[in-house]
Amino acid sequence: MKILVPVKRVLDYAIKARAKSDGSGVDLAGLKMSLNPFDEIALEAALRLKEAGLASEVICVSCGETPVQEGLRTALALGADRALWVEAPGELEPLTVAKLLRAVVVQEQVDLVICGKQAIDDDAGQTGQMLAALLDWSQATQAAAIHCEGSRLEVVRETDGGTETLQLNTPAVITTDLRLNEPRYATLPNIMKARKKPIDQLTAGALGVTITARLQTLRVAEPPVRAPGIRVNSVEQLLDLLKNQAKVVS
Amino acid sequence: MSTPVLVVAELTSDGLLKPALRSVLGAAAALNAEIHVLLIGHQLETVIDEALRLPITRLLVADHPSLAVPLAETTTTVVRAISQRYSHILTAASAQGKGWLPRLAALEDVAMISDIVAIESPDTFVRPIYAGSLWATVRCLEPRKFVSVRVTAFSPLNGASSEPVSRENLSLDDWPAVPVIRSAVHEHPDEGRPALENARTVVSGGRGLGSAEQFEALLGPLADALHGALGASRAAVDLGYAPNDLQVGQTGKVVAPDLYIAVGISGAIQHLAGIQAAKVIVAINKDPDAPIFGVADYGLVGDLHEIVPQLTASLKNP
Ligand SMILES: Cc1cc2nc3c(=O)[nH]c(=O)nc-3n(C[C@H](O)[C@H](O)[C@H](O)COP(=O)(O)OP(=O)(O)OC[C@H]3O[C@@H](n4cnc5c(N)ncnc54)[C@H](O)[C@@H]3O)c2cc1C
Ligand SMILES: Nc1ncnc2c1ncn2[C@@H]1O[C@H](COP(=O)(O)O)[C@@H](O)[C@H]1O
Repeated sequence: MKILVPVKRVLDYAIKARAKSDGSGVDLAGLKMSLNPFDEIALEAALRLKEAGLASEVICVSCGETPVQEGLRTALALGADRALWVEAPGELEPLTVAKLLRAVVVQEQVDLVICGKQAIDDDAGQTGQMLAALLDWSQATQAAAIHCEGSRLEVVRETDGGTETLQLNTPAVITTDLRLNEPRYATLPNIMKARKKPIDQLTAGALGVTITARLQTLRVAEPPVRAPGIRVNSVEQLLDLLKNQAKVVS
Repeated sequence: MSTPVLVVAELTSDGLLKPALRSVLGAAAALNAEIHVLLIGHQLETVIDEALRLPITRLLVADHPSLAVPLAETTTTVVRAISQRYSHILTAASAQGKGWLPRLAALEDVAMISDIVAIESPDTFVRPIYAGSLWATVRCLEPRKFVSVRVTAFSPLNGASSEPVSRENLSLDDWPAVPVIRSAVHEHPDEGRPALENARTVVSGGRGLGSAEQFEALLGPLADALHGALGASRAAVDLGYAPNDLQVGQTGKVVAPDLYIAVGISGAIQHLAGIQAAKVIVAINKDPDAPIFGVADYGLVGDLHEIVPQLTASLKNP
């Protein structure tokens, strides 16, 4: 079984994003970028399936401009067998990424795609499901556990009321939730080795995908700010304020 | 008359309408068009009666054994059978909605918009990005708009229709085959507490609670004294103090209660993403520099093991 793990390079989760002063977009200049945390979890899940002898190869892929190769280097250092860079300009919409990924899946004859449930920059949460639809594959989103036996998958997924277990067959798309695993760290020797590994380059054109923007970001701005609060000294004072000032406790 | 808009409803495990539907209808009402609601499932007679009392124009019903379990694959097939009739398709940005709406959008080659918090015009929507640190105003250039709705951001559309709601039973030539089997469902008991998504009061605990036992022993009685729901930070869920569906935040649930009490929670950006819309935020934390105090309306610095029992006792015996 070949597994494809799509990875996105995003603003590090510990950094608070700011808008550009003219409101035209997000100001990322000079800020630390990292692999999307959900994609690290996806890669870890794929590596564990390979280590358990259930997968033959783990391929990672990232779509975007030149710097996305840095994310691929991280994925290689973590243990991905191969890396593919799909060169494509600008900010890509999830539907575009899904079309590029579909072409890669077909070209590489992949059996299973494991991707993040959401990219923590656009917070769209669309790409995995869109890819599954374009391939006419089944999906199991928000996975908290994956069991695999031949072509049969059992996935426990997080839902709004708890969890549910789905049984499906490969080929399929799985998207990862936070509690699926705890990703490993890349060791220094592996980081060094990853620098020398080749990254295969593809283009949107060669994959037969035309990129057209269907969404237009008109403005990016800070949300309404909350009025500053106060410190209270005691439980009595807190309750008094909740009852008589805020009137949220009767 | 302009083209109608479609809202796809979601059912509770007891087969009733989820209250979130009213908020999606609230969002749909901003589009100034006829609203149709689609029910998907099997043996829907009770919920049909309930749905015929909604403030909408038409109720569509897809009732078939293959739809008994809500799956993204089958839902997509059903909605696709009628999607061409509508200018907008809306559903809640819930686990279910997140599952099927992108699938439908891709099959129809339409770029979709996730998790909107405001509608500026029929083609322009506001949505949080980067854990809610920023809001983007996005214009959708597609002829048809596929939108998932953050239900806490919209007022529910209450009441009933003044005209009788017309009913249409869908009969598909090819009812979807079931490609996926749901072999188990684990919904933990709600302990008589309101659902997190609609609660007026939410008491949330974090790593500071120290154990699952302390989490329930300290926060359960406080939530009950306030008739509120329990919530949790990711750390509390990861550590097994609380079940996953109580996680509040960027990648968990978004809440909008009148009162949110954060106990032993530091206030990471990802957590704050889920509580921005709370009217009043109270923080109880022993670290005076915890970021949660930056958003709290009332902050109390101290040991939660002392403060929480005092607070619960004062509420019970004023
Ligand atoms: C991709 C991604 C997604 C995430 N999504 C979410 C999400 O949806 N929701 C979420 O919550 N987090 C999320 N996180 C995690 C987030 O970054 C924080 O790690 C998490 O919110 C921390 O939880 P916490 O505040 O309970 O723990 P900590 O940050 O460890 O804070 C514990 C707090 O308890 C206080 N405390 C300890 N003992 C006591 C005591 N006796 N009395 C009073 N106070 C005490 C401490 O002072 C401290 O402030 C996400 C992270 C990533 C990377
Ligand atoms: N540009 C990209 N390159 C590769 N994978 C991506 C890209 N964008 C999104 N993905 C994958 O799709 C998932 C969901 O992204 P999104 O739909 O944007 O929230 C991510 O966690 C990645 O696994």
